[in-house]
Amino acid sequence: MKGFLSVYRKELYSLFALPVFYAVAFTFLVIAGYFFYSAIAYYNLLSFQAGQNPMMAKQMNLMEMVLRPFFFDLSIVLLLISPLLTMRLFAEERKTGTMELLLTYPLPDRSIVLAKYAAVVSAFAVIVAGTLPGIFLLNYLGSPAWKPILCGYLGILLLGSSFMSLGVFTSSLTQNQIIAAVLSFGALLMLWVIGWAKSYVGSAMGELLDYLSIVKHFDTFSKGILDSRDLLYYLIFTVFFLFLTLRQMATYRWRG
Amino acid sequence: MIEAEGLTKYYGPLPAIRDVTFTIERGEVVGFLGPNGAGKSTTIRIVTCYMPPTTGLARIDGLDCFSQSLEVRRRIGYLPESVPLYGDLTVRGFLRFAAGAKGVEAKKQEGEVRRVVAVCGLENAAHRIIGHLSKGFRQRVGLAQALLNNPSVLVLDEPTIGLDPAHIIEIRRLIQELREEHTILLSSHILPEVAQICQRVLIINKGQIVATDTPANLTSQLQKSAQIQLQVRGEAKELAHALENLRGVQRVILTQADQERLFVETDRSGDLRPEIARLVVARGMDLLELKLMDLSLEDIFMQLVTEEPSQEDTHS
Repeated sequence: MKGFLSVYRKELYSLFALPVFYAVAFTFLVIAGYFFYSAIAYYNLLSFQAGQNPMMAKQMNLMEMVLRPFFFDLSIVLLLISPLLTMRLFAEERKTGTMELLLTYPLPDRSIVLAKYAAVVSAFAVIVAGTLPGIFLLNYLGSPAWKPILCGYLGILLLGSSFMSLGVFTSSLTQNQIIAAVLSFGALLMLWVIGWAKSYVGSAMGELLDYLSIVKHFDTFSKGILDSRDLLYYLIFTVFFLFLTLRQMATYRWRG
Repeated sequence: MIEAEGLTKYYGPLPAIRDVTFTIERGEVVGFLGPNGAGKSTTIRIVTCYMPPTTGLARIDGLDCFSQSLEVRRRIGYLPESVPLYGDLTVRGFLRFAAGAKGVEAKKQEGEVRRVVAVCGLENAAHRIIGHLSKGFRQRVGLAQALLNNPSVLVLDEPTIGLDPAHIIEIRRLIQELREEHTILLSSHILPEVAQICQRVLIINKGQIVATDTPANLTSQLQKSAQIQLQVRGEAKELAHALENLRGVQRVILTQADQERLFVETDRSGDLRPEIARLVVARGMDLLELKLMDLSLEDIFMQLVTEEPSQEDTHS
């Protein structure tokens, strides 16, 4: 992996030097904060009611009633922000012509793709880490189980990483950042809702579409369940799109 | 050192270059000359492993540019035509990145960056953001990144394009200094520049190499006639008749504006200047000026790249 670190550092620097990252982080954290607050406030309300109703008190569950909706809401915001983080990765290099520089340095293509991908995933992890204070607060006020929370965060990271692998690929398709963002947003939304067709297509097809649905695999994580099948799904998804990006890079050379 | 064998590159159905073949020896400084769109950049991009040729082979140091691309790229410093740089990085930050990308060891990166910053005179700009630099400085940063890791081959695509005269001179001086340690291939459409810097010129037109030689040889070979400029005091008209009878003289032109100035066109069989001087003096006239007008590289270039014969050609 020659040159991986250099490209990774440069990408990170560019990400943190540009205002896009801060705008995205700000938006994400504000919305995440709002979701977190509503989940807590609703739980609070229910807790008061549960005080008068012992039957209801048995059903009160922090993971189920606060964290699961919170993680699910985060996944929606991810859909919105990940195309914005990935859109410039390749599109900008091609637009400004720096791709020519990058491709004539003694760097293997896979180093370039992996370094760019790793950089954007790191930036994303930093943004997600911004939601941790809420969890600490929760820990201070109540006693949530840590393992399901970690599992939920792992799910968020995997989901985000998969989103971004697709974003990296669409960014490699065009010189225009907006087009890259729109394509990856469209593709992600499609993958999100594709499982809905399950009810009216045949059973075999329905199974397939349901399996393809990107958010279905996140559901188990948000419940606090670590299922290797879902891990595998995200892994294959990511590898697949990074591989496509690599193929796309090879075509830059042939087309000049 | 740099070998190109029958390079052909098609963009769709149109060939950008056809059957380009040349060899550049170690330590040579070669100018790649041609009008815009002649295929200079295409050839250079093939040699620098940016893209493969449709057919043909390019080799650097005996290594194939396509199958041993990484090895070749390690030996090349390349300044692309538009000088693409990362505008949001500082000069030092960018050079650090480029040093790492070019395989300079982590410990040596700082020293290597300091070296190229000094060579290119970037000390005062090292901490500035590249996007805020003037064109001249950007060009120097481009050159600095090409020099990182001390590559044996430097490929510079239009290194002085779009610069003001002071910067052009500076960049040329820089290239002059680099010739001792590097084999340099440099493209340009500015002829005096190539004549000044390069030992050898490759002229390319419409995707094909049309001539290759030293600037001096090119000039003498392609010059079909020599022109001698003459200024005398006295009646030039009669002198013109006398000169026309001289062996080897093809034509004598009297300028309309200045009656005492003549242009004598001769074939290239020998130098006629002594005879002309004697003739003038023998006729009792004062010889004020006698000068051999060399066709400039520019004229040669025009002859090579324009298909219709130029004005001078039809006369001779």
